[in-house]
Amino acid sequence: MPPRSKPKRAKAAPAPPFASAPGSLLDLEHLPTQDITDILKSARRLAKTPRDLLSKMLPGRRVALLFYEASTRTRVSFEFAAKNLGAVTSVVTASSSSIEKGESLTDTGITLEATGAEAIVIRHPSSGAASLMARHVSVPVLNAGDGMHEHPSQGLLDAYTILEHKKDLRGLRVVITGDIQHSRVARSNAHLLSRFGAKVTLCGPPALLPGSASALAPNLTLERDFARALRGADAVMMLRIQKERLAGFNLNVDEYIAGYQLTAERLRIARKDAIVMHPGPMIRGLELTADVADGPQSVIAEQVGNGVLVRMALLLRAFKA
Amino acid sequence: MAALLIKNGHLIDPAAGIDRPMDMLIKDGRVARVAEPGALPSKDAKVLDARGLIVAPGFIDLHVHLREPGQSYKETIASGTAAAAAGGFTSVCCMPNAVPVVDSPEWVRWLRQPERGAVVNVFPIAAATVGSHGEQITAFVALKAAGAIAFSDDGRPVVRTEVMRDALAAAAKLGVPVIQHSEDPRLSHGCAINAGPTAFRLGLRGMPAEAESSMVERDLKLARETGGHLHVAHISTRKSLDAVRRAKRAGVRVTCEVTPHHFTLLDTHVGEYNTAFKMCPPLRSEDDREALIEGLLDGAIDCIATDHAPHAADEKAQEFERAPNGIIGLETAAGLALQVLHHHHKMPLKRMVELFSANPARIAGLKGRGTLAKGAHADITLFDSVRAWTYSAFDTRSKSRNTPFDGWQFTGQVVATVVNSELVFTAKDAKETQRKSKI
Repeated sequence: MPPRSKPKRAKAAPAPPFASAPGSLLDLEHLPTQDITDILKSARRLAKTPRDLLSKMLPGRRVALLFYEASTRTRVSFEFAAKNLGAVTSVVTASSSSIEKGESLTDTGITLEATGAEAIVIRHPSSGAASLMARHVSVPVLNAGDGMHEHPSQGLLDAYTILEHKKDLRGLRVVITGDIQHSRVARSNAHLLSRFGAKVTLCGPPALLPGSASALAPNLTLERDFARALRGADAVMMLRIQKERLAGFNLNVDEYIAGYQLTAERLRIARKDAIVMHPGPMIRGLELTADVADGPQSVIAEQVGNGVLVRMALLLRAFKA
Repeated sequence: MAALLIKNGHLIDPAAGIDRPMDMLIKDGRVARVAEPGALPSKDAKVLDARGLIVAPGFIDLHVHLREPGQSYKETIASGTAAAAAGGFTSVCCMPNAVPVVDSPEWVRWLRQPERGAVVNVFPIAAATVGSHGEQITAFVALKAAGAIAFSDDGRPVVRTEVMRDALAAAAKLGVPVIQHSEDPRLSHGCAINAGPTAFRLGLRGMPAEAESSMVERDLKLARETGGHLHVAHISTRKSLDAVRRAKRAGVRVTCEVTPHHFTLLDTHVGEYNTAFKMCPPLRSEDDREALIEGLLDGAIDCIATDHAPHAADEKAQEFERAPNGIIGLETAAGLALQVLHHHHKMPLKRMVELFSANPARIAGLKGRGTLAKGAHADITLFDSVRAWTYSAFDTRSKSRNTPFDGWQFTGQVVATVVNSELVFTAKDAKETQRKSKI
């Protein structure tokens, strides 16, 4: 099933600001539109490919998974994606490596490359860490989330998931609600969805959604009132409150829930066929209620499953296989 | 020492009200005579032909980090002052945030010792508080006697109101300025870039203009209360500048400086986490930059200072949030001022020279400097306002290369620098001057 958004109608990505190894994925802001289309197409093909064929696609290729920050689904799905394709993985975490001894990010990258890593997947708490790494190594770097900046593989798997349920991204009304200021998922989604002509509404209180957010991409609307944002929505994407990034800012949780929690009642404001998404990890009872998370409109579990497909496509692209 | 005759040049000495062709005789480290072109005898004197050049009082930089003692891998007094000479600066005032912090008369004296190998004049700024911890002011009287010309905890602000009040009151008695790095840490914690669309796009915490302006406003109240001289370092926002303007009109003793990078660059230039554009205060918005240019043109801003801040390459090659703040700036300051202020914004050269010489001399209380009147120190900057040149970080005299201006082409170059009668710098291709029509 090819993506229905016609590439020629989609806007072009801004030119990437510096060279990185071919097959790298640093952000969606600069990823060419054709590449996005190709990655989604490839993921759909992989969904139909038998397991024994998959395992012959990257036999013995070495993928380093460098995780400076806690992660469940991204780490596991990148690792399973690599192993599904027959690649060999090595997971490096900050607490179990020389990173703890003070080794710099660039030296860590150079070391991984010298040991034979042919691609580096990196998750890091600092925005820009993936592009810093990409400047210092000659193997492809895949950004698995850098600080508050971008989470491009999540943006791609979200687009994949939406297109499983909706015909086209063009004209689609997508509401992204919650802690947008601290969310790399929101930024990646906003870039991709805007590029393919979706009408994206960002929704949240000023402390979690600065006014400057609307300048991120074309076709972005800011809306403080959740009910108004939900009107006519085709997809509702909820974000976690990132307590670890609030940096001293005290959020009144009761007020937040009163204003922005997705409840069954609020969901009825959206279109009947609206889908409910969440990049995880989700806190039931905070950003959304359990009945919505487990309800018929929820595609949250699908998102996780699609993550493996999209990440397989990304690894194949990195190895040009 | 032989006398030096500088002839055929165009003398700009704002303090003396001179802006026309004049010759000048230098003797024993002082200006001996200033006279009409051709009126001075060249007998027994070395002659410096300044044809086509502006002859100006030596430039004075109120804000440099020479990294000694303690961080000589970034810069030394010898390398930093060599870069200063190449940038046309004949005097630099060095900030005390070394290792250890320069908060004692011994270290102030150490900085001024000839063994340091300075090629331009070095005037130490002493820490305003012990260890720059912001708790207790230093021994201002003894530090001034040792040679400190101002007090500052630069790199960090003096946060506590009562401590800043003490500092301004002590400085008022001595007639020296307190230089404040104006930043409210409660508003700037974890911020590596200006607040705004670029910060949001990059997912970096943004430092609001208020982090600077709220501190400036508090200090202006204290300056008014104590009568002390407040000098606002590297002012970067319209809001702070408006506050300074109002205070000046109300008679508060306040002066301020702006850096070349703040009147040239914007937060958008950070691009994709380029740490060569990371400094504190951060690069700001176009509206702020416009305000700074207005202030430079109309007199609200008193001087240009570089905030020359060398860092090793591996320190800058870190995650953006981790990389240290600051850029080197001594060699590009005059070029940027000529390019941006004079050529683009039509600032008269006389005003530019004043921003680099007469005004910083007055702020720092450097007697006999910042002017070329008879009897003044023979510190002279000669520059060509239209000569084209290209800056190469690879060729810098600084020990560090952390500049956003590598490869920039400039119109207007420092051609020679004279400190205490001695020629300490001449531009390499001085003889192959390429004339370029004014922009």
